[in-house]
Amino acid sequence: MIENTRFASRSELVGIAALALLLVVVLPLTLDVFRLNLVGKYLTYAFVALGLVLCWGYGGILSLGQGVFFGLGGYCMAMFLKLEASSPENTKIQSTPGIPDFMDWNQITELPLFWQPFHSLTFTIAAIILVPGVFAFIIGAAMFKRRVGGTYFAIITQAIAAILTILIVGQQGYTGGINGMTDLRTLKGWDIRPDHAKVVLYFVCVACLFGCIFVAQLIRHSKLGRILVAMRDKEDRVRFSGYSVANFKIFAFCVAAVFAAIGGAMFALQVGFMSPSFVGIVPSIEMVIYAAVGGRLSILGAVYGTLLVNFAKTSFSESFPELWLFGLGGLFIAVVLAFPNGVAGLWSDYVQPRLVRLVTPRKAGWSAPNAVAEGAPAE
Amino acid sequence: MLIGQQPKDFLLSVEGLTVSFDGFKAVNDLSFYVDENEIRVIIGPNGAGKTTVLDLICGKTRATSGSIHFRDRDLTKMRENEIVQAGVGRKFQTPSIYDDLTVFENLEISFPRGRSVLGALTFKRDAEVRERVHEVAEMIFLKDRLAMRADLLSHGQKQWLEIGMLLIQDPELLMLDEPVAGMSVSERVKTAELLHRIIEGRSVLVIEHDMKFVEDIAHKVTVLHQGQILSEGTMDKVKNDPKVIEVYLGH
Repeated sequence: MIENTRFASRSELVGIAALALLLVVVLPLTLDVFRLNLVGKYLTYAFVALGLVLCWGYGGILSLGQGVFFGLGGYCMAMFLKLEASSPENTKIQSTPGIPDFMDWNQITELPLFWQPFHSLTFTIAAIILVPGVFAFIIGAAMFKRRVGGTYFAIITQAIAAILTILIVGQQGYTGGINGMTDLRTLKGWDIRPDHAKVVLYFVCVACLFGCIFVAQLIRHSKLGRILVAMRDKEDRVRFSGYSVANFKIFAFCVAAVFAAIGGAMFALQVGFMSPSFVGIVPSIEMVIYAAVGGRLSILGAVYGTLLVNFAKTSFSESFPELWLFGLGGLFIAVVLAFPNGVAGLWSDYVQPRLVRLVTPRKAGWSAPNAVAEGAPAE
Repeated sequence: MLIGQQPKDFLLSVEGLTVSFDGFKAVNDLSFYVDENEIRVIIGPNGAGKTTVLDLICGKTRATSGSIHFRDRDLTKMRENEIVQAGVGRKFQTPSIYDDLTVFENLEISFPRGRSVLGALTFKRDAEVRERVHEVAEMIFLKDRLAMRADLLSHGQKQWLEIGMLLIQDPELLMLDEPVAGMSVSERVKTAELLHRIIEGRSVLVIEHDMKFVEDIAHKVTVLHQGQILSEGTMDKVKNDPKVIEVYLGH
């Protein structure tokens, strides 16, 4: 393990290949477009869970407000799509044609200044990355430089999620309020609503997800990844190794925020709307549960955890809508108490050693502890 | 005493240092000076403020008043990581290492390169790093433990690892808080031998209770009592100081 490769160990590469096979081949071939689009929607949450693995699992920074960044990314994307859907021809029945419908309903007669640049797709894509990134940087700098951490930080992020929701709901004329931005139609003239568009967007989403997985792997296998692990355990000691703990925390938090924002943007594209119900406290906490169920130390686990919880949510909440939230809470408690490393931990502790023994029954040197160490080297 | 001399002649000048915790002065108007390549041992009864002095120098605790000059820089105004980068290294009383990382990774993190966020991201484990890590690992008797997770080491090995982490930092001023405490007799001998090797070419500030060990390495001894200096000088002078015998050595 000392002469580690820069990007991934062999078993990790196998894991990534297996995930790619599942998402790129198996699911598109077996699911109908409606279900595939649903998986695509779930995967947008996996971006958030992935960020949480870096920030919470590795860096020990628990953010209960990742919905904020998911929302910022989603709203940036939705603003662009909404402007395109609000061309003067499409909105000629409004009293002010050419502005989004909800603005017209709220007696706004002119496109607000901060909406203007969202006519440009280039600006929008830059904003999806930069707005959450800069916002996370400001929060991070304000908190971590003052050494606010742990529970206090979690509570503050939660408060920010609540504040942003209230702001969006309250500023109905500018944001679409509680209904959000609906009726998103085209991207540069390309209709995002029909089935074939949904399939294409699914693959774009999967490609972006693998891009983020790649970045996460690079970070994890760099010295920065090891500093994050060191920090989680002994923050003070890291200072005395000559590192500015605050800067590393800010970095991890910003990366998590940008991942979440990319997820949010993909959400707006695939689902065709964006609303404050994906920004607030409850969705933010749900996203932490995805990461926890998947295994907060496992990058791939984050993806599986997200898919698993969401499939469960979809199937259970159809039959027992009232019980679902209790089920989710129970699941979180069970995972934290019994399987602190989530699905990924179960895999590397129980399944993988057996698989290895099955594949190589004669090699006595391949003992179980070795396999565990390979599967979760940073643990 | 030494007050009145030019501070710049010394590697470390502590002047009028005071820290009070809710009115209790753990360190009270303390002044002392450490020369280049000097090995200074601080002794004193429990609660004399020895560890607090090290905490103040390395920035863990902030001084209420007074100054700590390391060369020409005032450490009281710097952050912990800046103090480390200026060349001050500290070993803590209880072994303070990164349990979740391997011995190799522990040493690598302490290697003084790539300490910024970008630097850490682009840090390459090149031949220089590997060689240095192996070299230090050999010195600290952990050559064949490099791939082991640090929390699986014994107490003594953890102490050595932390000494190794300091060594790889290559500080100009090395501060050691009870480096042989809690060690077995054989570990103690090995550690003494190790310390003799690593203190060459740098200034060292040591807190230690083991008098034999102190006598063995100290150039000068500072005796602290209730946050103030009780006596200072060579071991012989201190040993025969009636005040020291009264509060510390005599018991």
